Amino acid sequence: MSRTASGAAATADYLDQRTGVGLVVKNFARKVFPDHWSFLLGEIALYSFVVLLLTGIFLTLFFVPSMGQVTYEGPFAPLQGQEMSEAFASTLHLSFEVTGGLLMRQIHHWAALLFIASIVTHMLRVFFTGAFRKPREINWLVGFTMMLLGLAAGFSGYSLPDDVLSGNGLRITDGVVKSIPIIGSYLSHFIFGGEFPGEAIIPRLFTVHILLVPGLILALVALHLFLVVVHKHTHYARPGRTERNVVGPPFFPVYLAKAGGFFFVVFGVLALMGATMTINPVWNYGPYDPSPVSAGAQPDWYMLFLEGALRLMPGQGTEWVIGGYTLSLNVLIPAVVVPGLLFTVLALYPFIEAYVTGDRREHHIAERPRNNPVRTAVGVGTLTAFVILVLAGSNDIIATHFGLSINDITNTYRALIIVAPPLAFWATKRICLGLQRKDRELVLHGHETGRIVRFASGEYTEVHRPLDEFERWPLVAHEGRRPVELLPAEDERGVRRRGYRRDAVRARLSRAFYADRVDPVTPAELAAAQSHGEHDAVAAVESRHPGELPVGSHVVDDAVPPTEAVGKHVADEPEVRLS
Amino acid sequence: MTEHSSELSTPGAGAAPVAARPAGSEVTLPERFENPGLAPHRDRVADRDPAAARGAARRIALLFGVSMLGSIGFVVAYVAAPSDGTVTGVRNSTLYLGIALFLAMFGIGAAAVQWARTLMSDREIVEARHPQRTSDADRAAAIEVLRQGAADSAIGRRGVLKGALLSALALAPLTVAVPLVGEVGGTWNVNAFRHTLWKKGTRLTLDPSGRPIKAEDVVEGSIVHVIPDKLRDSEHWIEEKAKAVVLMTRIDPAVLKEAPDRAGWSYEGIVAYSKICTHVGCPVALYEAQTHHLLCPCHQSTFDIADGAKVVFGPANRALPQLPITVDDEGYLVAQSDFTEPIGPSYWERLK
Repeated sequence: MSRTASGAAATADYLDQRTGVGLVVKNFARKVFPDHWSFLLGEIALYSFVVLLLTGIFLTLFFVPSMGQVTYEGPFAPLQGQEMSEAFASTLHLSFEVTGGLLMRQIHHWAALLFIASIVTHMLRVFFTGAFRKPREINWLVGFTMMLLGLAAGFSGYSLPDDVLSGNGLRITDGVVKSIPIIGSYLSHFIFGGEFPGEAIIPRLFTVHILLVPGLILALVALHLFLVVVHKHTHYARPGRTERNVVGPPFFPVYLAKAGGFFFVVFGVLALMGATMTINPVWNYGPYDPSPVSAGAQPDWYMLFLEGALRLMPGQGTEWVIGGYTLSLNVLIPAVVVPGLLFTVLALYPFIEAYVTGDRREHHIAERPRNNPVRTAVGVGTLTAFVILVLAGSNDIIATHFGLSINDITNTYRALIIVAPPLAFWATKRICLGLQRKDRELVLHGHETGRIVRFASGEYTEVHRPLDEFERWPLVAHEGRRPVELLPAEDERGVRRRGYRRDAVRARLSRAFYADRVDPVTPAELAAAQSHGEHDAVAAVESRHPGELPVGSHVVDDAVPPTEAVGKHVADEPEVRLS
Repeated sequence: MTEHSSELSTPGAGAAPVAARPAGSEVTLPERFENPGLAPHRDRVADRDPAAARGAARRIALLFGVSMLGSIGFVVAYVAAPSDGTVTGVRNSTLYLGIALFLAMFGIGAAAVQWARTLMSDREIVEARHPQRTSDADRAAAIEVLRQGAADSAIGRRGVLKGALLSALALAPLTVAVPLVGEVGGTWNVNAFRHTLWKKGTRLTLDPSGRPIKAEDVVEGSIVHVIPDKLRDSEHWIEEKAKAVVLMTRIDPAVLKEAPDRAGWSYEGIVAYSKICTHVGCPVALYEAQTHHLLCPCHQSTFDIADGAKVVFGPANRALPQLPITVDDEGYLVAQSDFTEPIGPSYWERLK
């Protein structure tokens, strides 16, 4: 045994005698982690959080969270002699006089943007693949809470340098908070420790930003990962993967090398961004002063949808005075109601879908988005609304860059926010159904080979190569779903059944979810498709299994009547004959 | 944990039932396809060819080498190109340090990932999953444990204790909450929003110099940013400034529309309005002299300065509050009074 090996053994023995760590190693060192690019999104979130902690610790050592006024006497000439808060002055100091300080600031800011972007895309992946289904609903809520905390971290950090942009951001926050009925004014005092801006907000945000929020995120990260271990990771329906197993490389060494290496990749890319791309150059904006404001200023990307909602809401007729009290719907609806609704539905979606579909089983196979058209369409519709709001939040930039009227742009977005999401919903659902039909087509008839064959009769046809079982499996692994059955309103003795109305609502929702569907190819359908060419065989099969064969009848879809699908398959016959 | 699942059919066992079925036989087909099991493992180049594996190892070592160079380069850059306070110096220092850091980190990452992909075994492991739910026996045992604990505590028999425990727990948070809520809002004086520093006779002065303004200095088409005189003498000048800032311009009296109840609030066509948007409180700043439109750059609420600063577009609902002005004996512009309504965004008890 080499010297290092015996040293390691001695250390392991020491630890094991005191902690019993051997059992943990035995059970977890070779734990299976399924591998897929879409599983990296959550890792990016985790790694950018680690980078945020590392760079953040650096920044706290130089930043002074105080709104006390000082006169700037540092090296940045344009601001010399100007009055500013200590927070702003220390931001200038760490940017200009601390070697590596600006790099750390810029990495920190880019990492924050990436952190929230990767959380959101990770959430979208989980949403579109149905990975939130039982037993993972609780972990969805944990992740959802982390997303909210990520937004809180971003917002509180953005405001810390006390520059003119973030100060106006805080002022908007103050205006939004004040619009909340009954408690608005008090909430504003609660946040600012008195009137806006006061001298408390920066120190308070600092504590929120460096202690409260990251502490909570850390705790929830631990819970999130713990639950991933408890549930084991989902995997996609590739050959060999089932609902009862988990397939992938072991934690040690493959996953450790890939995931650990990926941390360094993320850190490296963020370092490159921080080195080459300026972000939030507060010295150009100047210190906060309640009077100036700069045009063409955008918040960080994750706040843009709120900004856009505020911009789109028409002001006329939307401020109501009821009994002498003012209700500012022009602020409340875009800044409180819209995000409140969006976040509530997002948090509750797993429970809504479980209720509608009546599905109480555990699911460990992540779905292909096309195989759940309504969910995918709901997601794309919501994303469309989000993107429109983000664009609306940039309407001034669009106006100046494209020389358009800001009023026209705003009015266009006002129309789009109503029209586009339902359109996107409809189009996505059709596309999903179309893709499912394409899958059926591929399974039934195989790949086109490009080989054209001529018959003795003079007929030309292309040879198709059938799929092997491994290639076929991902296309047929999912189950065809049915809407929940509605029991009759009265039982067999003619007594009205309790809960009938509730069931009827649910049945209607369930029909909306599953009425349009394309079922996966069954072995019988494939058998029929492959034997079509052999006239004897098909006749024989048809005579024996009359109920099994009409291929198109499984395509229960209002848009494509069964006859059309049948006709199509009949027309396809000669292709198969030659394969 | 690593027990291999036996439910999987071996590769090939679930072969297409169709192809295997001779035409005309009586075999009934299953409802659904069977999972064919893991696809057969395909060797990578480095699995088959030792030379390729050696090459891969060399490339991985090279990537680690890049990382080492990056780390050393970082230290060199730190010493050789420190931040000297000049814009160029800071930019170069940030660039050199950042690129070195990139190499140091990315080298390790790329090497590790490459190692995993080319040299480490890529044979997948199968583990069984178990339902999350505990077995009935374990559940029953858990309930029994809880039942015993509850019985030991006697909580079921002593209702008074249960009530007392819950009441004490419910009251305890007050010790933290009361002082917190009491102190966190400062004075909690929400009526402070209603008033600004402006009062009868306060001179209008330039922001930020504080120089008083004569009426003849205000020209048509240009906007003047105004703060009240002696703003800096007040204890909380930033809070006061946040409420008291005013925009002033001169409008051709021929186009200036004035409401009857505001007659005399302007002076020779000079009008002064609160700069704080009635939407969510941004400073309104963009003035278009041709149309007399004032645009808030935050959310594009547009106000017509020639017509009582009424809203002509955007999310704001109310006109900007007008500051009644006149001139004093020395010809300087002064306020006639404070604003006659609370400035800035609406709030619940604004009209109370």
